[in-house]
Amino acid sequence: MLPELSRDEILRYSRHLLIPEVGLEGQRKLKASSALVIGTGGLGSPVALYLAAAGIGRIGLVDYDVVDSSNLQRQVIHGTSTVGKLKVESAKAKLVDLNPEIQVDVYNEPFTSDNALRIARDYDIILDGTDNFPTRYLTNDVAVFLGKPNVYASIYRFDGQASVFYAKEGPCYRCLFPEPPPPGLVPSCAEGGVLGVLPGTIGTIQATEALKVLLGIGEPLIGKLLLYNALDMTFDFVKLKKNPNCRVCGPNADIKELIDYEEFCGVPSHDHEEGSAGANWDITVTELSERVKQNHLKLLDVREPHELEISALPDAKNIPLGQLAARLSELDSAEEMVIFCKSGARSARGLELLVSAGFKKVKNLKGGINAWAREVDQEIPIY
Amino acid sequence: MPVLRIPTPLRSYTNGQSEVNISGSNISDALTDLTTQYPSIKPHLFNDGGELRPFVNLFIGENNIKDLQGVDTPIKDGDRLVLIPSIAGGQDVT
Repeated sequence: MLPELSRDEILRYSRHLLIPEVGLEGQRKLKASSALVIGTGGLGSPVALYLAAAGIGRIGLVDYDVVDSSNLQRQVIHGTSTVGKLKVESAKAKLVDLNPEIQVDVYNEPFTSDNALRIARDYDIILDGTDNFPTRYLTNDVAVFLGKPNVYASIYRFDGQASVFYAKEGPCYRCLFPEPPPPGLVPSCAEGGVLGVLPGTIGTIQATEALKVLLGIGEPLIGKLLLYNALDMTFDFVKLKKNPNCRVCGPNADIKELIDYEEFCGVPSHDHEEGSAGANWDITVTELSERVKQNHLKLLDVREPHELEISALPDAKNIPLGQLAARLSELDSAEEMVIFCKSGARSARGLELLVSAGFKKVKNLKGGINAWAREVDQEIPIY
Repeated sequence: MPVLRIPTPLRSYTNGQSEVNISGSNISDALTDLTTQYPSIKPHLFNDGGELRPFVNLFIGENNIKDLQGVDTPIKDGDRLVLIPSIAGGQDVT
């Protein structure tokens, strides 16, 4: 039995009620529906805003982060007034203001193997707006095990992907990507950047797909992957098939319960520490500021040239990480060297490369040039 | 000549090219041609044993080569190949 709409709700949703594909019955379906949004970042912002506006009866928000001013270039659910506040609370306040008729439940915790099934169990649909491979595989497996559709989207710089992974009716995420890329092969948005409006476009598509699935209308992206490029303004579609060897949804699936996804992906999913190469290989910005006074310390900046226009350390040699392997001959392995990047993650990979090439006197600047800008030289901007 | 569309994350290995002309009568030859033209893309597509990495998805038109004949799938002039990257982005981590 679908819930009735109040007089206020009928007025609020009148533009929906005028569409025959939605109508009064469809709007009541949406009111009876629930959606879990994993992540209230770039994708989660438009997803949650549009689902709330559309009148999804109950929306769950999972995030454990606080709003940072560098989020606001794309995470439009938050605002300058909520910088420093919990993202789930910031997002909830916006949603409730947009639509007080709905219920918003917040989970201020990382989405992990320990809590994921408990959190997701009571929702009709899951929307994956996460930023890392471990949580993507976890979200997929949770959706497969609970038999729920997983509306997927992912973004990088100008590229976006979207699909509906619903193992009951089509392939799952693992059918397409049986395993993640090795750590370091694919840069994250924090390293690679993202056009702020891109998650707006792709997240809005995610919300559209969720509404179609919940209403049972149109042709959802089940068995199809959308590939969007903002620079070329191209929308390509490819067909996805169920992988008969899929380890979670195939006939001979051997993964029957949630696993350790950080181990599976070889990267942390909930690590907010600054990039580190391990205690023995790290140098802090305070130590470095002492050491540079004594000279004889080579600085190697592995950021991209356009990042040097934002901030730089004097006398640092620049070799972008992608060119490091080919340009080792420009470096002297006998010399003491400190390698750095924006926040320490890329340089940690650079350090690994140097160590495997025989460099022994190299250290990774923990926290990168941003830590230097925070703690040593406040004249340098943080980005 | 078949055309291969390069996704943004891999364009730094193709001198920024979004599309690359590749020659060959099947996928295997075409990928050899690609990695000869752009050697630094090779580790992103192949593992140390020379096999296509499991997270690399290559489509001809709308179809995954895994659903056709894999790297033996024949290709012809005018075919449009799309390389689909595994990207995780959505939200920001530092």
